[in-house]
Amino acid sequence: MTNSLHSPLALVCELTHRCPLHCVYCSNPRELAARATELSIESWASVFKQAAELGVLQADFTGGEPLARTDIVELIRAARAAGLYVNLITSGLPLDEAKLDSLLAAGLDHFQLSFQSATESIAEEISGTKTHAQKLRVLEWLKPRRVAVTLNFVLHRRNLHQIGEMLAIAESSSATRVEFANVQYCGWGFANREHLLPTRAQLDQFLIDVKAAEERFRGKIRVEYVVPDYYAKYPKPCMGGWGRKVMLISPNGDALPCHAAAVIPGLHFENVREKSMREIWESGEAFQKFRGEAWMQEPCKSCDRRAQDFGGCRCQALLIAGDASATDPVCSLSPNRAKVDAVLAGIQEPQTTPSAEFLYRTNPS
Amino acid sequence: MAIDPNSKPQLAPGVRLGENNNQRVLLMPERALRLIGPSLEIVQRCDGKHTVAQIVADLQKIYSKAEPHKVETDILGYLQLLRDERALDFTA
Ligand code: SF4
Ligand code: SF4
Repeated sequence: MTNSLHSPLALVCELTHRCPLHCVYCSNPRELAARATELSIESWASVFKQAAELGVLQADFTGGEPLARTDIVELIRAARAAGLYVNLITSGLPLDEAKLDSLLAAGLDHFQLSFQSATESIAEEISGTKTHAQKLRVLEWLKPRRVAVTLNFVLHRRNLHQIGEMLAIAESSSATRVEFANVQYCGWGFANREHLLPTRAQLDQFLIDVKAAEERFRGKIRVEYVVPDYYAKYPKPCMGGWGRKVMLISPNGDALPCHAAAVIPGLHFENVREKSMREIWESGEAFQKFRGEAWMQEPCKSCDRRAQDFGGCRCQALLIAGDASATDPVCSLSPNRAKVDAVLAGIQEPQTTPSAEFLYRTNPS
Repeated sequence: MAIDPNSKPQLAPGVRLGENNNQRVLLMPERALRLIGPSLEIVQRCDGKHTVAQIVADLQKIYSKAEPHKVETDILGYLQLLRDERALDFTA
């Protein structure tokens, strides 16, 4: 096993689950880690060093809101000292210009600002917070400073039609990259799925517009997007394959193969306070569970695409098919695809008014 | 968009050389490119001082056994790829 085992490329660091926003699609688990259980700066520094030794190149600082950590500057410095490239994925909320300068001086390589929408009203409806004006201020602060900037727009039924306005924000900023990311229907997103899924017609229009944008901005802004998997024929290669490329560390030090893995019953996660990163990566129970192909059932087991998409998302298999080892139900070959189609059949009209039924993400103690 | 031979390529903000397991890599947002042989020679010259034409001439000297025209097309292709990745800025 170890011979054919890749080293992980990216370390996703959920520095905290605390966040001033309450996004209805938040990728954090429904059970959030309390502040008192968060890893110390010393533990994180050791995690960064061990990760670099394992071959990791990139550290993604995320949360929650990573800026909610009062030691964020030291965390960036520690990751850079270990030799990692540091990406910060933030709502931009707890930030001012002086703080931004200290993040950059500590060696932050890449600033990724996430947007709930292109307008204040929909952003507030989705995040339960007023943040949009602050995000636009942050973009102004970023302009004269030397750092890579990505705008990350999370796409859903309430904002898919805003692509023009989203691109206009990108064009007037110093971003070199725009990422259009679909809501993932796990955790909070699953609870709000019926209100977030776009319609087929909305998506078709979006795909035409995004293709045109890709051409128009070539050489200036890299435009990245994927077709949302509920509307695709085959699943996405979730996390680049289970235990193949990514290691995620939760705020309390649990090592997970993906954001949502905690929904899978019976999966035990090892903690970086007790085991070395190498041990966890090479033989940790949760990482081994769906690594390779031994766990696969039909139709994946004998499918030609299994080395390409790895059977899709395990968490989605659990949530929709009720079995984490099943073929991802979004796959057209899955015996459970009808369940996905039934959900889509219920999504008729683009939602033009705010949904009163959203379940908002809470905050940990 | 063709690449202007008189322009000077420079690593874009947030793009830098790194090293992992004795292997040089070009680090950029959410991505890393392995640099071997000529690709490392090219990237090391993307310093905002060398023009594209100078980089081509340098590499034609280093790889003097290769057909000069082929060296040039390969370099232009690679620079274009890096530009589309948004790893390079070009100044006049
Ligand atoms: S998705 Fe929203 S609520 Fe969740 S961590 Fe990000 S900004 Fe906070
Ligand atoms: S059957 Fe499995 S391996 Fe084949 S395309 Fe579907 S999810 Fe992928």
